[in-house]
Amino acid sequence: MTSSVRTVEAAPDQSTESQYNFAYLDEQTKRMIRRAILKGIAIPGYQVPFASREMPMPYGWGTGGVQVTAAILGQEDTLKVIDQGSDDTTNAVSIRSFFEKTAGVKTTTATADASIIQTRHRIPEASLREDQIIVFQVPIPEPLRFLEPRETETRTMHALKEYGLMHVKLYEDIARNGRIATTYAYPVEVNDRYVMDPSPTPKFDNPKIDEMAALQLYGAGREKRIYAIPPFTKVKSLDFDDHPFEVQKFERPCGLCGAANVYLDEVILDDKGGRMFVCSDTDYCEERREAGHLGDMAADPAAVSLTTSTAGQDAS
Amino acid sequence: MSDMMNDEPLLRVSEITKLYGNRIGCQNVDFELWPGEVLAVVGESGSGKSTLLNCLSTRLEPTSGMIEYRMRDGVFRNLYKLTEAERRLLMRTDWGFVHQNPADGLRLAVSAGANVGERLMAVGQRHYGQIRDTATDWLERVEIAADRIDDNPRAFSGGMRQRLQIARNLVTHPRLIFMDEPTGGLDVSVQARLLDMLRRLVADLGLAVIIVTHDLAVARLLSHRIVVMRHGNVIETGLTDQVLDDPREPYTQLLVSSILQV
Repeated sequence: MTSSVRTVEAAPDQSTESQYNFAYLDEQTKRMIRRAILKGIAIPGYQVPFASREMPMPYGWGTGGVQVTAAILGQEDTLKVIDQGSDDTTNAVSIRSFFEKTAGVKTTTATADASIIQTRHRIPEASLREDQIIVFQVPIPEPLRFLEPRETETRTMHALKEYGLMHVKLYEDIARNGRIATTYAYPVEVNDRYVMDPSPTPKFDNPKIDEMAALQLYGAGREKRIYAIPPFTKVKSLDFDDHPFEVQKFERPCGLCGAANVYLDEVILDDKGGRMFVCSDTDYCEERREAGHLGDMAADPAAVSLTTSTAGQDAS
Repeated sequence: MSDMMNDEPLLRVSEITKLYGNRIGCQNVDFELWPGEVLAVVGESGSGKSTLLNCLSTRLEPTSGMIEYRMRDGVFRNLYKLTEAERRLLMRTDWGFVHQNPADGLRLAVSAGANVGERLMAVGQRHYGQIRDTATDWLERVEIAADRIDDNPRAFSGGMRQRLQIARNLVTHPRLIFMDEPTGGLDVSVQARLLDMLRRLVADLGLAVIIVTHDLAVARLLSHRIVVMRHGNVIETGLTDQVLDDPREPYTQLLVSSILQV
C-alpha cells in the first residue's frame, strides 16, 4: 500500500505489459485518487468527487473499484477479486488477470490470505480483519438519485442532513408490498451523519459493514465518486419503528456445504423444476467442504458436477 | 388558536423592491400580515404579483427591503438572514406553498400517502403506522377517498391533485401558506368546490394565507384583505369587500367592472 515507483516485477517475457506503470495508472493519478480516499475516510459516508480516468474496460465492469485498487495496491499485497461472491466469474477473472499483468502482484481466492479484496456486490462470509481492505465497485453512489433527480438538490440535502426523502422510498415499499421490499442497495446512515448507498450488495450484508474491522472503500468510476467507511464505524440500516430492518432468511442451508446463516444463490439443475441453493461465497463453501462439512445435496450428481469440474460452471 | 390572540403580526414586509436590471418587478411594497388573516394580491399579468410572492417565500431575494417573520418562539427574524438550513426547515414545517400547477408541488413518482407523509418523515417521524394514519386523515379532510391513499397522483384528476397538494402542505400544521393561483386551470365547478374547502380549512386551522390571483371572485370568497398591484406598485389596499364594492383608484374600478356578468 506504499507508493511504488516503476514496475520491476513484470515478467520479462511480457514485453508490452512491462511498459505499464505499476498497477496501470500513472503516479500522479494514483496520488489524486489517494487524496480522494483520504478525504473519504476523514468524512465517513461522504461522496468525494475525483477525476475518474478511462480504464481499459467498459463502465459497469468496475472501473471505479479498479482505480481505487490500483491507487492503494503495493507490491507486497495479495489481491482477491470476487463478483457476486464468486472468484471465477468473468468480471472477477478479468480484473484479477488485469492486476496480475499490470502490477504483477500475488492473487488469491482465499479470503483470509488477501490483503485487498475487490468485490462486486458481495461481502465475504468470513469476517474481515483490521489488516485487510475491501474495495467495492459502485454503479450509482447517490442513494437519493431516483427520488430527487437534481444533483444540486441532493448535495444540499446531504449537506443539511435532510434525509426524510429516503424514508419516503421505504414508506412506498411498505405501502405497496406490506414490508420493506428493498433487498439490495439498502440505504444506511454512516456514523450518525451521511446516508450512503452500500453499493448493490444484498441487504444480508448490511450488518457486516457495521463496525467492520477492515477499511471499506467504495469507487464509482462513471459517476466519479469515492467514499469510504473507516474501520469500526457505526453503520445503521434505515427503517421504521414498526417495520424494523431485517435481513433475508433462507429456509434451507447450503446444499453443498450445509452452511446456515449465509447468503445463498439458486442454481437451476434441469428443466423439471430441479434446483439447489448453494453459498454465494464460493471460497467459503470450498473451505467448509474441505473441512468435512457436507450439505444434503452434496452427493447429488448435479452437485458433484458443480464442485469437481472446472471452476466457472457455477457462475450464477 | 392562542396564536390568533397574539397582538403582533406574523409577517412584516417593509419597502420590498425587486428590480430585474432596469425593469421593475415590484417596488416599495409594505404590509403586515396577522395570524389567521387571508390576504389576496390581485392585478393583471405582469403586475408583479408573482415576483412579490417569490420574494416573500424566500424563493427570490429582493433587491432591497426587509421581510421579517415571527418564528414559533415569538422572535422576529429577517428571512434573508436565516441560514439555508433554517430557511428550508421553515419552508417544510411552518410554511406551505401551493403551486398553480400541482405537478410542481407533488412527487408524481410516489403514492398519495407518501406525498402527504413526506413532510412528517422530513421532521423525523419514523413510525409507519402513525404516518399512514395521519395521511389517511388528511386525505379525508381534503375530500379524497381514503382508499386512494396508495394511488399515484398521476391517476388523479386536476382538482384532486390540487387538493392533494394542499393536504401535503397542511400536514405539519403550518401557520402561513402561500398560494399562487391555486384555482387556475381548473373548471368552474371544481374551482367552486376547492374554494369552499379552502375557506373551511383556513377558518378551522386559523391559517394565515397570502394568495396571488387574477380572479377577483377568488379574492372575494377567500380573503379578508386585498392588495391591488399594477406595474409593480401597490395602488390600493384595504378590506376586500370595501375595495371591491367601492374601488377608489381608476385602475381598480376598471378591474372590478371588467368581470364578466352572466
